[in-house]
Amino acid sequence: MRSSIASYCLGIESTADDFGVAILSFDGKVLSNANSAYMPEKGGIHPREAARHHAEVAKKTLTEAFEKTEIKPQDISLVAFSQGPGLGPCLRTGATTARALASYLGVPLVGVNHCVAHIEIGKLVTGAKDPVTLYVSGGNTIVSAFEAGRYRVFGETLDIAVGNCLDVFAREAGLSQKKGAPFGAIVEEIARKGKTFVSLPYTVKGMDLSFSGLLTATVQLLHEKNNRLEDLCFSLQEVAFSMLTEVTERALAHTEKPEVLLTGGVAANKRLQSMLNVVAEEHNARFCVVPKEYALDNGAMIAWAGILAYKSNITVPVEKSFVKVKWRLEEVYAPWVEG
Amino acid sequence: MLIKKGAEANLYLEEWHNRKVIMKQRLPKKYRIQELDKEIRSQRTMHEPHIIHKAKEAGVPTPTIFMVDLAEANIIMEAVDGKQVKQVLNDLSSEERLRLSRHIGELIGRLHNNGIIHGDLTTSNMILTPYGKVVFVDFGLSERSTELETKGVDLHLMKRAFQSTHYKYAKECFEAVMEGYAEVVGEGEAKNVLEKIREIERRGRYVSER
Repeated sequence: MRSSIASYCLGIESTADDFGVAILSFDGKVLSNANSAYMPEKGGIHPREAARHHAEVAKKTLTEAFEKTEIKPQDISLVAFSQGPGLGPCLRTGATTARALASYLGVPLVGVNHCVAHIEIGKLVTGAKDPVTLYVSGGNTIVSAFEAGRYRVFGETLDIAVGNCLDVFAREAGLSQKKGAPFGAIVEEIARKGKTFVSLPYTVKGMDLSFSGLLTATVQLLHEKNNRLEDLCFSLQEVAFSMLTEVTERALAHTEKPEVLLTGGVAANKRLQSMLNVVAEEHNARFCVVPKEYALDNGAMIAWAGILAYKSNITVPVEKSFVKVKWRLEEVYAPWVEG
Repeated sequence: MLIKKGAEANLYLEEWHNRKVIMKQRLPKKYRIQELDKEIRSQRTMHEPHIIHKAKEAGVPTPTIFMVDLAEANIIMEAVDGKQVKQVLNDLSSEERLRLSRHIGELIGRLHNNGIIHGDLTTSNMILTPYGKVVFVDFGLSERSTELETKGVDLHLMKRAFQSTHYKYAKECFEAVMEGYAEVVGEGEAKNVLEKIREIERRGRYVSER
């Protein structure tokens, strides 16, 4: 790393419904973090439609990222992009933008693992050093901690992600999300009015979790009419989050790490936060929640993980920068982490 | 007397009607609501003795269950006399070590043949009695399954336990386990499970260095 002149990295995130562009200085200052979210009119994310959205907003979002800073495109010394895991068409749109930009500017390109990026930005903004991370979103549910050169997966979902479970249930219940009020927030709001706990399948297998049976059962009870939506939202949250907390506690007991880091879209949920806080306290660990701007998919995390990789001499030639749709967290060698 | 503090349950060594017993107490968790907490603890307290009994039917020695209290989520069972395999394995003669490993493999084969996955196969969860019998304990993470995947994961954990606690003899011990296992489940099935274990290792999820 050249330290004589300030260096800046531009990061592009496009694994799912968000297209994000951010500019960070190499010392970890977020200069801009622009985002455009694809919002389906009904149903879930259609990969092709989301990719079309990304292509349409790419120019606008890039411009926005630059306009919020004094930085000119010529000042960029590194381009990072989310290389996976994610939806193929979406990843390819971001990758194409990143390749074009890196080639045009004549700067190195770094392919970033989306899950690694979530953990790294979480550490940067909360000051966590060596946490057990619970990463919960619409596409991922992973409990991980750093061990011998890599972020190891201690537990994960065997089927759908917890965020997906909440989203699909909300849609089945006829709820609709708005900008700034995603399904998770709506379910959380309704759950507060829940009074009666309804028994639902609780599935923890060793360190792994399963949410598909929980979803099916909750939807079935919903259609049986005699159940209040408030009680179902409440019970669904209680069961799903207790499962997550149990596995996180086991990872914490096993690794004896000093911190618990909660990130991803579901991290905003106050009930989940309070459960993890209890467990962290019991194990004398500091509980860190990543603020929304950096917990949801964002360009800043890609730029930051790109900077860390670049400082460890990791870059990817354009002709080898294929996206990796199923790129697992522990496949990434992370020499920049001390431990 | 508290003898083991776990993430989910505590083990106590107690005197109960003039017997030495182990009391396994599943702990309430403050983070979950009471109704759910009770449900989970009583369900698991019910599941464990049930599967321990199934293991006996399969011909695998397990502790005798004396009492199950679902409301309190505790199980009172026989305190098996003997030493953990973990404590003795490294000090045995080479021949005895292999014989013991082979025998462990046979017992695992009997479990798997009967759709029982132990879920925590380590040498600390096996007790060698003074009469040379091996007793499997702690079925807290066990499940019913006949899938190749779960069998693979089960045996992979055994392999990892050897590597971490008995690394000098890990290879020969695990090979002996697989020999005993093959004898019970058949060569073909054992080969399939072994292939599955390799696949699990390649997934990288459990790899420590690559």
